[in-house]
Amino acid sequence: MSRVGLLALGALAVACVLPHLLGSNYAVNVVTMILFTAFLGQSWNIAGGFAGQTSFGHVVFFGTGAYASTILHVSHGWSPWAGWIVAIGAGALVGLVIGVLSFRAGLRGSYFALITLAFAEVFRIVANSVEFTRGGLGLLIRADPRPENFQFRNPIWFYYLALALVLASLAIAFWLTRSRFGAQLAAIRENEDAARALGIDVLRAKTVCMTISGAMAGAGGTFYAQKYLYVDPSIAYGVEKSVEMLLVSMIGGAGTVFGPLVGAAMLMGLGEITRASSNTQGLSLIVYGVILIVIVAYLPDGVIGLFRRRSGERGAPRA
Amino acid sequence: MLSFDILLAGVINGLAAGAIYVLVAVGLTLIYGVLHIINFAHGSLLMLAMYGVYFLFRSAKLDPYMALPIVMAGSFVFGYLLYRLVIGRFSHGKDENILLITLGLSIIIDNAALFLFTGDTQTIDVPYAGEIVAIGAAFLPVAKLIAFVAALALCAALGLFMQRSDLGRAIRAVAKERQGARLVGIDVENVFAVSYGIGIACLGAAACLLMPSFYVSPSSGHAFVLIAFTTVVLGGMGSFLGALVGGFVIGITESLGGLLLGEQLGQIGISLIFILILLVRPTGLFGGGR
Amino acid sequence: MSTEKRRLHASRRGFVAGGTALAGVLGMPAIGAAQARAIKIGLLHPVTGFVAYNGAQSRLGAQLAIDEINAAGGIKSMAGAKLEAVLGDTQAKVEIGVAEVEKMNEAGVAAIVGCFQSAIVLATTQSAAKYGIPYVVDVGASDLITSRGLTNVFRLKPGFGKCVDAAVLALDGINGGAGKVAKSAVIVHESSEFGTGTAKLLSERLPKINIDVKEVIKHDNPTRNFDNVALRIRSLQPDIVVMSNYQNEYVLLARTLHQQKVNLAGLFSVLGGGFNFKFVKDLPDVAEYMMDHNHWFAPTNPRAQAMKKQVEASGTTLFTFEIYLSYNAVKLIADALERAGSADKEKLTAALASSTWSGHFMPYGPTKFVNGQNEGGEGATLQALKGEIEVVYPAQFASAKPVFPKPKFG
Repeated sequence: MSRVGLLALGALAVACVLPHLLGSNYAVNVVTMILFTAFLGQSWNIAGGFAGQTSFGHVVFFGTGAYASTILHVSHGWSPWAGWIVAIGAGALVGLVIGVLSFRAGLRGSYFALITLAFAEVFRIVANSVEFTRGGLGLLIRADPRPENFQFRNPIWFYYLALALVLASLAIAFWLTRSRFGAQLAAIRENEDAARALGIDVLRAKTVCMTISGAMAGAGGTFYAQKYLYVDPSIAYGVEKSVEMLLVSMIGGAGTVFGPLVGAAMLMGLGEITRASSNTQGLSLIVYGVILIVIVAYLPDGVIGLFRRRSGERGAPRA
Repeated sequence: MLSFDILLAGVINGLAAGAIYVLVAVGLTLIYGVLHIINFAHGSLLMLAMYGVYFLFRSAKLDPYMALPIVMAGSFVFGYLLYRLVIGRFSHGKDENILLITLGLSIIIDNAALFLFTGDTQTIDVPYAGEIVAIGAAFLPVAKLIAFVAALALCAALGLFMQRSDLGRAIRAVAKERQGARLVGIDVENVFAVSYGIGIACLGAAACLLMPSFYVSPSSGHAFVLIAFTTVVLGGMGSFLGALVGGFVIGITESLGGLLLGEQLGQIGISLIFILILLVRPTGLFGGGR
Repeated sequence: MSTEKRRLHASRRGFVAGGTALAGVLGMPAIGAAQARAIKIGLLHPVTGFVAYNGAQSRLGAQLAIDEINAAGGIKSMAGAKLEAVLGDTQAKVEIGVAEVEKMNEAGVAAIVGCFQSAIVLATTQSAAKYGIPYVVDVGASDLITSRGLTNVFRLKPGFGKCVDAAVLALDGINGGAGKVAKSAVIVHESSEFGTGTAKLLSERLPKINIDVKEVIKHDNPTRNFDNVALRIRSLQPDIVVMSNYQNEYVLLARTLHQQKVNLAGLFSVLGGGFNFKFVKDLPDVAEYMMDHNHWFAPTNPRAQAMKKQVEASGTTLFTFEIYLSYNAVKLIADALERAGSADKEKLTAALASSTWSGHFMPYGPTKFVNGQNEGGEGATLQALKGEIEVVYPAQFASAKPVFPKPKFG
């Protein structure tokens, strides 16, 4: 087994026993959220990193998933687990629609990024105005911590669920680095016109990519809703989540398998440390911003890029 | 249900609001056109300029319109230095990195403002704040009328600068063909910094024109950025004329949308128009291919 | 160098001597004997983000209470144990708020006070419930907060349901006193939970006092300008406008209505976010005659006035409602600690549930908690008159008579 493979296996073993080692609910919560953010980041990474389709509105899939399962659960008595499947489907559908509309119109680069932002805004305003979301009042899920309600008394189960999601997302990303589909996406990322000239069905590839990405983010939405038990339009469709998704991927290394995980660990760890460091209004976030800039300045290819340059390995196809 | 009077008044209100959007958008589109980056720090820098106007008013009793040259000059210098010392230096020329750096900057600026000025919302009460001009059914505050005229004047001045001056020509050259401009001896880094500076100077102008009617708090700049992005894309990214026309179109759309659909739902009109334009004519009203 | 050392020794000796003397005077155990362990109180507020000002004010009020209690000798029934603040910033985000609750639990807090935004209150109270930590909500209007059956949640101030009822009652009284001038209204509210909930209740209650609701206008946070809202209101010609917004939009709307010379009998807000001393001081012409139904201190209470003076002594801090609501929340906890004689979470929760505390300086009687909601809580109806904020209703706490209808624009 290769060195990387052994390392990964070791990390997996550690990950499985980690919550028992930590001995603190706060710490378990932090790692759970790191894993969750890494999962969401990977969803962005599929589209933005691997296929080069940077999106600023990825929260639209997350929010749709959150609302789908929550509405079914709260207003129609569905089990959240069944709702989860629907949420994944809803995320995929929205990904498909946005993909088809945007790519058919030939939108690329910044234009694509901004149209996704616009879609997220439209969804947010609609969510605030329609009856079945209860608009600005939001949807409250009754606290009843039993596994069949997708609520757990012991936070360790959310951890393992998040871990499972991350492993699934890593598998998808890994598949992309090995499959023909992934190679097509890489070709599109490097030079879309050349890819088309090579005979790649660019529209189909990009749309499928968005669908997968949307499905993943939709899955994340349900997880979040069930953990925090409250959804409202700004939680579901607020721009901060979009920024977080792209930030962890880009910092960690866009287009790499482990980029989002590394980025999430770094940024969230940084967030916890800076928040604990000062009680003065604003100071902790100033430090966070400075460190962010420093990271970007000295690690222009993301953190993974640093390792790649050091070890000389050429893993995922990335220029 | 709505009479023609009211609709006309809505259009007038829209034009007044649009004037501010134009100024914010012009800066953004210039920065995009030349540097090819989306400046995430735009909202934070607007907020900073607005604080500048506030403090000048409070300490020196300086009227915001009188303060226009000072605030614009200060904003230009700040933007120029920000590019030269931080953005340009740390981005290593990669576009995605500039995005992240401007994001980091916005976090720093927002929280530095919070730290220095506290989260309290500040307003200025100019003596003519209560005066209005009645145009049909519209009661337009004098401050907004001045803002409208000033915005047009500034755009005209900027347009002339871009067309006639050497620096303006250099900027347009770099925007069109970066490598070529470098080859003919234009100091591209300087042009980048100047363009960024001008973009921020436009924010300085917007701040002066906004403060008599609006307010400032550490998070108040962001309200205008999303709509500025919309304007820029609508008008065509990098197109100066596009930002001008786009700003007014958005202002009127927002206004009429609010009157016809209700204030909140009306906001959807903007995003929908935005999406429609992008799907039908992706390069925006006046944009070239990109 | 040696002289400095000697000076240092002398001063330290002096300090120890002085300290022992002081301890003797205060009747506390001499230094060296076991000291009562500090009781940790978690203070959870959004001190960064878009409601940073409100969060900072809340934190300040809570800290003032802690300092005051400690200076007066701490919790007497627990051998003078002092209160210690464990500060947490929610950054206006649900997940950060919940993470902070986990941290506070691990720090061993006996109770939590927080956290301004209803959505985050909902999530953080739920987290605290897992550990049985009593959570006193200082600001957070939603009625959902106290109707979920969580036994650890306590709210001193009334929810917006009760506030709307009281506000409508006050409006009816004021309207009646002016010969029922107001017959129609337009409601303007912000689009999140607070505004939407309040507006919904208002639309139901206003017709019952013969005020026809012509339109309900919903707006986003933030809103860039209210010119068209003013236009619409002017074309509808209601007698009054009723507002429920956060601070920035409240001020902008009020200013716009004033600028556009919209003639109204009155501007009435329920839990108006921007109605405070700063508004009245900075924009006196706009604020004049505006009325608000909100949480307010009893103006005739000398302790309230003393605290107001103390807070405003700094010159930059205003005595806003966040300050005294959080202050009272902490003092409520202190009272419960005294009665429970212990920081044990279950005992503290029971003491809170049975509390009949009247040490607040609010315009209402002793506390009485039903399902965590203080049924004894009341707001007051205020009006900005001549650059001051007066309580105009109910009469027993009033400091001035209401001016209604307000004069028309010339």
